[in-house]
Amino acid sequence: MQLGAKDLKNTIAEMENVSFKYGDTLVLDSVFLKIEKGDFLGIIGPNGSGKTTLLKLFLGILKPDKGKVKLFGKNIEKFKEWDKIAYIPQKATNFDQNFPATVFEIVSMGRFPKLGAFKNLDKHDLKKIEHSLNLVGLLEKKDEFIGSLSGGQQQRVFIAKALCQEPELIFLDEPTTGVDSNSQKNFYEILKKLNKELKITLVLVSHDVSAASEQINKLACVNQKVIFHDLKKDKKHHLLCNYAKGTKSILHDSELYA
Amino acid sequence: MPKEQNPSCMIVSYMLEFLEYGFMQRAFISGILIAMVCSIIGLYLVLRRMALIGDGLAHISFGGIAAGMFFGIYPLISALIFSILSVIGIQKLKKMKVYGDAAIAIMFSFGLSLGVILLSYSGGFNADLFSYLFGSILSVSQNDLYLISILAIGVLSFVFLFYKELFYITFDEEGAKVSGINVERFNTALLILCAIAIVISLRVVGVLLVASFIAIPASTALLFRSSFKNSIIFSAVIAISSIIIGLSASYYLDLAAGGAVVFTLVLVFALSLIYKNLLKK
Repeated sequence: MQLGAKDLKNTIAEMENVSFKYGDTLVLDSVFLKIEKGDFLGIIGPNGSGKTTLLKLFLGILKPDKGKVKLFGKNIEKFKEWDKIAYIPQKATNFDQNFPATVFEIVSMGRFPKLGAFKNLDKHDLKKIEHSLNLVGLLEKKDEFIGSLSGGQQQRVFIAKALCQEPELIFLDEPTTGVDSNSQKNFYEILKKLNKELKITLVLVSHDVSAASEQINKLACVNQKVIFHDLKKDKKHHLLCNYAKGTKSILHDSELYA
Repeated sequence: MPKEQNPSCMIVSYMLEFLEYGFMQRAFISGILIAMVCSIIGLYLVLRRMALIGDGLAHISFGGIAAGMFFGIYPLISALIFSILSVIGIQKLKKMKVYGDAAIAIMFSFGLSLGVILLSYSGGFNADLFSYLFGSILSVSQNDLYLISILAIGVLSFVFLFYKELFYITFDEEGAKVSGINVERFNTALLILCAIAIVISLRVVGVLLVASFIAIPASTALLFRSSFKNSIIFSAVIAISSIIIGLSASYYLDLAAGGAVVFTLVLVFALSLIYKNLLKK
């Protein structure tokens, strides 16, 4: 695959030959991965395959043992514009249900990276927060105790929190764990809106992306190695590209997600 | 103690006595400041399951007090230096893969043992040391009050200025890290604030009971499941009321200040718990 200047400009997150070990256990092995503007990348793999590790490397929570992680064209060590990136962790709805905070207070945290030190929320921030809550349909719940909301509603609160940060890229780690199927559907509808209408790049980690299969345009299969599929392009061609980069590949049924 | 008087005038005369005595004014002003500082820092620590670090730091500061008395340094200053250095020590031990609570246990054993050694050298317990153990409303000097006020205002300003960051870290450490907050630095800062809160409370509440000021007002406030801001305010209000009630009781009934204040705190917690459970039914 040839890289044009346009490709470089559009690449907003990238891994080059990244390996990571927990102690002596190799979790990720020589990973090449590229996320372009507007992508909706699904990352799938069995439990313990290194999906969350992959995400944490992108977020700078973990540091690679080998290789480079780049965000918006910069090496991650030099990257400072963290407000461009939002993260909805696996345990988003698994927090202390007695934590003393209202829905509004939780969502307002999304504005903190924009504010910088010593500054408090102003009118503009309040508008953004209310707008985000409105987008996920929870504006009327803003003064309620976060623990009193259902799992599905809490999930939407965390999307609103990510949204009011006005990010260009959102990482979601197993966001629908423990949420009923109706709420899941609703959740993926919102994700679609974010990706298609608000043009936010999404990276969704899940052991099962079938629920989001319509929206996903790229797929990375993780199991120590990463195999990358561009679902819009010729699959065969793309698999060959991966081979060319030296990634060993196991053929699997990508039709399922196409 | 008040003199015998016509019973109808008793309460009024008690009130007047309050205002007359300098030691009582100092105890009240420092008590209110301590209550605010400890209860607010306490909320952050309780929510992070670190309520007992207050106890650890109190034991460490005991070593500092003994060292101060031994070397003839103002004990609150030596306790402050001692406990802040210990916080840094605890953080270093954690980095060397010692479990967090074990790191605290190691540092507090060090502080306590050093304190006991120095005490045995200097001839054992005296009245002044006793007051540091159990707290005393008589013992707050003008200098103590200056130091307590400056440090309390410092801690409260920090919490006010970094409200956002502390709130975010308390709720979600990892998320805070991703959003660009230097979590490690704030964690150390929070422990240093806790060390300051403990040291300024030693005079009034005493080494043995000071940790309750970290744990109980916050735990009481959390029973009511309110917003974060309200929980902070609520925690402070509970602590301030308890210190006013407790110090008054200490004065009228000649009780050790620490005991009276903390007993009040526990009582308020118990009543809140009962009230909350009644509401549920």
